[in-house]
Amino acid sequence: MATVTYQGASRIYPGTEKPAVDKLDLEIQDGEFLVLVGPSGCGKSTSLRMLAGLEDVDEGSILIDDKDVSNLPPKARDIAMVFQNYALYPHMTVYENMAFALKLRKTPKSEIDARVKEAAELLQLEDYLKRKPKALSGGQRQRVAMGRAIVRQPQVFLMDEPLSNLDAKLRVQTRSQIASLQKRLGVTTVYVTHDQVEAMTMGHRVAVMLDGLLQQCDTPRALYETPKNVFVAGFMGSPAMNIKTVPLTAEGAKFGDVTIPLTREQVEAAGVGDAKTVTVGIRPEHCKLGEHGIPIEVELVEELGSDAFVYGHAQLGNENGAERFVVRAGSGLLPQLGETVFVQPEVGKEHVFHAETGDRI
Amino acid sequence: MDQIDILDELPKFTQLGIGIAAFILVVGILLLVVDKLPGYDKGRFAAMVFLLPAGLLLLIGMIYPAIRTVVLSFFDGKGEKAVGFDNYVWMFSDDAIQQVLRNTLLWVILVPLVATATGLIYAIMIDKTRTEALAKALVFLPMGISFVGAGIIWKFVYAFNANSDEQIGLLNQLVVWLGGDAQPWLLNGPWNNLFLIIVMIWIQTGFATVVLSASIKAIPGEIVEAARLDGVNAWQMFWRVTVPSIRPALVVVLVTMSIAALKLFDLVRTMTAGNFGTSVVANEMYTQAFRLSQQGRGSAMAVFLFLLVTPIIIYQVRAMRARREER
Repeated sequence: MATVTYQGASRIYPGTEKPAVDKLDLEIQDGEFLVLVGPSGCGKSTSLRMLAGLEDVDEGSILIDDKDVSNLPPKARDIAMVFQNYALYPHMTVYENMAFALKLRKTPKSEIDARVKEAAELLQLEDYLKRKPKALSGGQRQRVAMGRAIVRQPQVFLMDEPLSNLDAKLRVQTRSQIASLQKRLGVTTVYVTHDQVEAMTMGHRVAVMLDGLLQQCDTPRALYETPKNVFVAGFMGSPAMNIKTVPLTAEGAKFGDVTIPLTREQVEAAGVGDAKTVTVGIRPEHCKLGEHGIPIEVELVEELGSDAFVYGHAQLGNENGAERFVVRAGSGLLPQLGETVFVQPEVGKEHVFHAETGDRI
Repeated sequence: MDQIDILDELPKFTQLGIGIAAFILVVGILLLVVDKLPGYDKGRFAAMVFLLPAGLLLLIGMIYPAIRTVVLSFFDGKGEKAVGFDNYVWMFSDDAIQQVLRNTLLWVILVPLVATATGLIYAIMIDKTRTEALAKALVFLPMGISFVGAGIIWKFVYAFNANSDEQIGLLNQLVVWLGGDAQPWLLNGPWNNLFLIIVMIWIQTGFATVVLSASIKAIPGEIVEAARLDGVNAWQMFWRVTVPSIRPALVVVLVTMSIAALKLFDLVRTMTAGNFGTSVVANEMYTQAFRLSQQGRGSAMAVFLFLLVTPIIIYQVRAMRARREER
């Protein structure tokens, strides 16, 4: 049980100018499940590895339970990690894999046995304890990797994309298992993924990173409802938000002939620095198909059963010409390809960003 | 004999040309034959036709001589009178030959163990250092020298001049500098065996280093990191993670060296000719058969050597097969 604090922690790889992780400030509560998410190369894995002690902390510091661990070797940090490729020792059985860390710490045999058996039961691995990793399926290996972390009873669990090698169905299943396991054990967990669905479904809070910088850290709902900038807005949610930069008028944002009304404060904030345009984000699920609105020429209809997504192009009257637009349609009558439909954004559900800085207004 | 004389007269390139022409001719005939085969079960016939030349060469070059050697080992020195198991009895009762067998045992134990251990430690020490490529090249260089060449080099290293203080041998010069007396390293048993063995270790360490280094690099980084998080110290990392991970490569290196040490001939032949109690089985076989005209005894030693090597080769083939199944 522990809190984790990043205090202006940076990692600058030798021979590079730009930090891989740039002055990360982040506080993780005791027992919290925090997800680090972002596109590849955003520094999420590096941040996790800094906490693990596998990467140096070049600037700032990292604290576990108010104790500065920045310069401690991994084994002195009382953490356990689950790796993307599981990193099981191929020459050891499942039992030996799980017992290895305890054995190194000279834990009494009876206690090792009890802890391994307990973890094995928790993860339904009792029948496989004598097998070597190569005789296991991907999902079983993943569970052994989890078990190896659990038997350690560490202060913090670190997980580096532990589901990315599983097939889609197993991934969804394991996702909920890990989340409920974490709830049960109550151990502070830092989880890295590039999959925003995983992040949204598993994390108590989600930290979104880009180019080594923390963009926003908040609950999944807050990220969805009030993304701090254009990147977070586009990254969270599937299909992605329609983010369009359109002409700004005194009344609002002009989507072609349709004007999306903005408040006076919004117009003022958007106009800072003589900007003539404004960036508006509209989620596909916050649109209605109707008689009036933004005209869209339908190019693709994706039917998912419960609902459907209509992909098309819209003329928004800016210099970009026709722009892609995605709308969620109910499961009722769907438009045909080539047809023109009219989209009405739900009032008050739009997200407004400054066209140049990309920050939320 | 006439034929050989004709070949000697021809320039080397002409010989090479004849060889290549013969090869093309054989392949051409084979392809022609395969092409003319009836369609029925063609694959099988074709395989047999292609195997024919190799099979023929094996028969002439390996199988016949092997049988002939076994037969000869039951005959006397001239290969005329059958003597039963006399040659084998001699081999296991003659004091000099006992010494030879003991020496070979020493070679087979020391060379693989010491060369592999040295190579492994060296490979780990140079791993991920800036001068790794150079360090590897240096230790691998002796592999490029023939055993005879290495024997001559080391004969100079061990050279001893009894009549003067001027030592041309590197080792003796070092000893003199350190205030010791020059020693005839290759004359005094049983230590002279060790000095010969050192030469082979010097040659083979590079092989061990290169193979094991590649194997160490193939260990997934995540496993090393997982071990660090699990809390291993340097020794535990080596003994419980690195060594088990490269076990297959270690076996290959050990087995290959064991076979090489069993069959070792050139070093002993060049450096001491098997005198002063340094002979090994392969050298003794040569001495008996070709210098002392004891074909029977030489053949018996060859058969014995073959019997020693066979189980190691069987083990290696089995290990290789098992590994393929693991994948």
